[in-house]
Amino acid sequence: MIYRLSIALILSFNLLSFVSASAMADDVPMSGEAAEEVAADEGLDSGNIAWMLTSSALVLMMTAPGLALFYGGLVRKKNILGVMMQCIFLMGLMTVVWALWGYSLAFGGDSPFVGNFDHLLLKGVIPDGQLAESEWVNSCIFCVFQGMFFIITPALICGAFAERMKFSTMCVFMVLWGTFVYCPIAHWVWADAGWLCEWNEEALYPAFDFAGGTVVHISSGVSALICALLIGKRLGFGQEPMPPHNLTYTCIGAALLWVGWFGFNAGSALGANAFAVNAFVATHFAAAAGVLAWSIAEWIALGRPSILGACSGAVAGLVCITPAAGAVNPIQGILLGFVAGLVCYLACTKMKNAFGYDDSLDAFGVHGVGGTIGALLVGIFATGDVTGGRVGLIEGNAAQMVNQVVSIGASAILAVIGSVILLKVLDVTMGLRVSQEDEIRGLDLSQHSEEGYIFL
Amino acid sequence: MKKIEAVIRHYKLEDVKKALTDAGIVGMTVGEVRGFGRQRGHKEQYRGAEYTVDFMPKLKLEVVVDDPQLEVAITAITSSAQTGNVGDGKIFVTSLEDVIRIRTGETGVEAI
Repeated sequence: MIYRLSIALILSFNLLSFVSASAMADDVPMSGEAAEEVAADEGLDSGNIAWMLTSSALVLMMTAPGLALFYGGLVRKKNILGVMMQCIFLMGLMTVVWALWGYSLAFGGDSPFVGNFDHLLLKGVIPDGQLAESEWVNSCIFCVFQGMFFIITPALICGAFAERMKFSTMCVFMVLWGTFVYCPIAHWVWADAGWLCEWNEEALYPAFDFAGGTVVHISSGVSALICALLIGKRLGFGQEPMPPHNLTYTCIGAALLWVGWFGFNAGSALGANAFAVNAFVATHFAAAAGVLAWSIAEWIALGRPSILGACSGAVAGLVCITPAAGAVNPIQGILLGFVAGLVCYLACTKMKNAFGYDDSLDAFGVHGVGGTIGALLVGIFATGDVTGGRVGLIEGNAAQMVNQVVSIGASAILAVIGSVILLKVLDVTMGLRVSQEDEIRGLDLSQHSEEGYIFL
Repeated sequence: MKKIEAVIRHYKLEDVKKALTDAGIVGMTVGEVRGFGRQRGHKEQYRGAEYTVDFMPKLKLEVVVDDPQLEVAITAITSSAQTGNVGDGKIFVTSLEDVIRIRTGETGVEAI
């Protein structure tokens, strides 16, 4: 994937130098190869750099304030700081882990299955006097952009164990989860040598995952379900009311997520190029269709559409288009978003109630389910008009569905195994839950000695 | 002296205030409260989870009057806060021992 970035960052310059070189030496047109050499020597494209830096900032914004407000509004008011702290602290914690070893473990080396320690402490990624500017800039932009994904993915899991998990255990869990679950999956799917990587010609099962259907949403969603099951229900779940305490926050958070997702998906084009434009528009359309689908479903089922439903629908649509934004066109994006809105609605209402697990803020129902639908649908709809190469079932590549299913299955299996082991070990060593008394007082006071709402 | 506590609907506040001031009442205190009486609560639904909300949001208005003003004040409130539907609220009247104006130290009716 980083190889694509290198090309993107020098591409426009390449073109320019080619044109100017041709203009100067009319009768001796420069060959493509020669132009490439010139470009590699000359440096970087400011448009691509600008877009990638902007995208990185947008993805960071998704965790806080985006997700912090989205989740924060959904809990009871005694737990709002607990949720916000999880988001903001993970920004700090996961970033440092990413810089120290996470990036290397995700993107280092040529193994199809695991990364290595070539880039510990970001060796070869940051300016060090040995590297040409174009080399370290390429790697550094890629590293920081990917680092933002390393923050939001664990933060998404927090929705499943909201209002009851011990903060200290959560911190340890996330460091280990990032290291042993996220980094391997990211390596499989996005590292140049990964066995699931769409752009790796030697991949065993090259699967479409443009911006993180498997790496981000299936990994976090499935792990979230495991957390909900192993940590257990909130005290009083099913007996006492636990309505969201501030849907205004949730609505603002959802809107910030929507905007941030342009960086997430269009930024995954790794340059300001045609992929980015298509991904941007498809992402927007999918979110829009998700809003409609969930709202219509509620309108029919309950007689009125709700704000929470509209917000959830937007997120479901965004999740679903994430793996597909580089392979389907915007009109197909509407279809994906609509399907996701409906299916996630059913997952969060009917399925959760039927099984009785307390996935408190529907991290599995939206991200696990939406990510899986997206990963399947992109295998069906991927079009050569957008990808310029690999296509999906409808355009005659039925085998692609196998790749998609393998990538979904592999990510889900690692997420399940990794999460179960980590949670079991942490349960014995640190304890997963706060005490009953602390849970009743709320995480704000019991974990952080603060209150979210202080009057006078 | 009497203290009148009236639990009323939110959107009736302006009408009640106008009726009381028109009746010569010079001051009042209002606060947000929640409660229920015969009015049933309502149901709320969040992603498939349904909750019954018993405590309905209301406003509580406190007015202190001298005894001769009591009937006028009560009439003002009932006439302006009434819709005829359940949930219009209630008025509670209690005898009041004393009132003190903090600025001057005046007491009793003088301080109202």
